[in-house]
Amino acid sequence: MSSETLKTTPLHALHVELGAKMVPFAGYDMPVQYPLGILKEHLHTREGAGLFDVSHMGQAWLVSETGDDPAIAFESLVPADVQGLAPGQQRYSQLLNDDGGILDDLMVTRPLSEFGSDRLYLVVNAACKDQDLSHIAEALKGRLRVEPLEDRALLALQGPKAANVAARLFGEELSFLPFMGQARIDWLGADLWFSRSGYTGEDGYEISVPADKAESLARVLLAEPEVEAIGLGARDSLRLEAGLCLYGHDIDTTTTPVEAGLVWSIGKRRRTDGGFPGFDTVAKQLADGAARKRVGILPEGRAPAREGTPILDADGAEIGMVTSGGFGPTLGGPVAMGYVPKGFAKDGTPVFLSVRGKALPANIVKLPFVPPGFYRV
Amino acid sequence: MADRKFSEEHEWIEVDGDVATVGITDHAQEQLGDIVFVDLPEVGTELNKDDEAGVVESVKAASEVYAPIGGEIVEVNDTLTDNPALVNEDAEGDGWFFKIKIADPGELDDLMSEAEYKDFIAD
Repeated sequence: MSSETLKTTPLHALHVELGAKMVPFAGYDMPVQYPLGILKEHLHTREGAGLFDVSHMGQAWLVSETGDDPAIAFESLVPADVQGLAPGQQRYSQLLNDDGGILDDLMVTRPLSEFGSDRLYLVVNAACKDQDLSHIAEALKGRLRVEPLEDRALLALQGPKAANVAARLFGEELSFLPFMGQARIDWLGADLWFSRSGYTGEDGYEISVPADKAESLARVLLAEPEVEAIGLGARDSLRLEAGLCLYGHDIDTTTTPVEAGLVWSIGKRRRTDGGFPGFDTVAKQLADGAARKRVGILPEGRAPAREGTPILDADGAEIGMVTSGGFGPTLGGPVAMGYVPKGFAKDGTPVFLSVRGKALPANIVKLPFVPPGFYRV
Repeated sequence: MADRKFSEEHEWIEVDGDVATVGITDHAQEQLGDIVFVDLPEVGTELNKDDEAGVVESVKAASEVYAPIGGEIVEVNDTLTDNPALVNEDAEGDGWFFKIKIADPGELDDLMSEAEYKDFIAD
C-alpha cells in the first residue's frame, strides 16, 4: 500500500460535482464512471458524443537543438515515418527497445507551421510519461530538447456527433479537419489544439487546452445536448471493441509491433532502411512472419474472459493468453484480445478459453469488433 | 416477511423452513455497476459455508459469490443467465441467485441482521 497522495487533473472538482466514482489510475484520482454507468456511457459514445478527461496523459514538445528537422532525431527511437509528416499531421507510433519490444505507444504530431518547424508535439501514456520523456531526453541529448506541457489539460470528444458539436461551438472548419489532422482555434482567448483522433474507434477529437481553461471548456461541451461525461470504464470497453491496444496489457516490452499487429504504423521507408531500435528483430519478423500474433477472440457463450485467461487448443494445451477481455456493450456480449501462435491466428479458428477451470468455446476473429467510424474525406 | 440475514461478503439470505434463498445485496450491485454475466452453481451441488457458489461480473470486473451457509443447492434463478441486469434492477427480490437446503441452522447465527449490515457497510 502506498500512502502517496494521488495527483489530480484540472477537471477533478468537476468530476466530483458530476457524481463520478473516482479511482486511482496511473497515480491520478480519475473518474471510472459517472452516475449514467459504464454500459450507458459506452453506448452513448457510439451514438452521440462522449467527453473524456485524458489530462493525465503526458503532453510534450520535442524541440530540435541543432536546426535539423526534429523528425530525423525522433525517428531513431520509433519505427514510424515521422519525417514524412506534413505540418498539421499526426501519426501513431511506439518507442521501441533494442529487442523491438514496446516501451510505450504514442501520438506524434508535426505541428502547424505557425508553431515553428523546429518541434514535434507528443502525447504519451500517463503511466509511462516520466520514463518516456527521460528516455527520449537521454537518447537524443544534444539533438532534441524535451519540454513537458504541464500547464495543459487534454480532453477527448468522441462519437458520431462530435463533429457537429465541435463545428457548432468552435467553427465549421473542424468538421472538415482530416483524420489525424491538427487545427488550432482561439476560443475566448484560450489556445486550443484539436487533433482528429481518439481511442474509441469513433470519429472525434482530442483537445489540448490550457489547464486554467479546461473546466470552462468541459462545461461548455457538456452543456450541448449530444454530450455526456464518460469515465475510464467505458473508455476501456470502447477501445477494446475498437481493437486498440492498451499499453501494459496488450503491448509491452515483451511484444513487438509486428506481433501486436501494428505493422500498418511502421513507415514503408523504415521497413527497409531501419534506423530504429530493434530493427533486426522487426525486419526478420516482417520477412518471415512473427511466431505469434495479437488476435480478436469472440467467446461463444456469455461469460467474459478477463486478462490472464489461458487460451487453449482443441486438445486442451495452452497456446496463449488473453491480454484484454471483458464485456462489449455494443456487441452485447463478451469480447477479448490476446496472443496466439501464427497457426491459430486465422479468422474463424476455434479455440477454448479456460475460465475458472472450465474450457469455454471461442473463435478467433478479425479486429476491430465494431466497424470504425473515423472521418474520411 | 421472513427473517433476512446478511453476510460480510454482501450476500442476503432469507430462510423459509429448511430452505434459504440467497442473493447479493442492493449495496453490492450498486458497487459492482452494470452486471453483464452471472454464473450460478448447479442444482445438487453441496457447499460448505463460505465456499464459492458462483460469480457475478460487471463490465469492469468479476466478483465471487459465496455460500453464506452450508447445504445443498436445490434451485437456481435461471432468469439471470439471459437477463443478468435483473440483479441491478431488483437485487434483493427477483434478482435472487439460488436456494439452498440448510445443513446446519446454527450457521445462521454468524450472520448479520439488517441493522448490523447497514452499520457494516456504513463503515
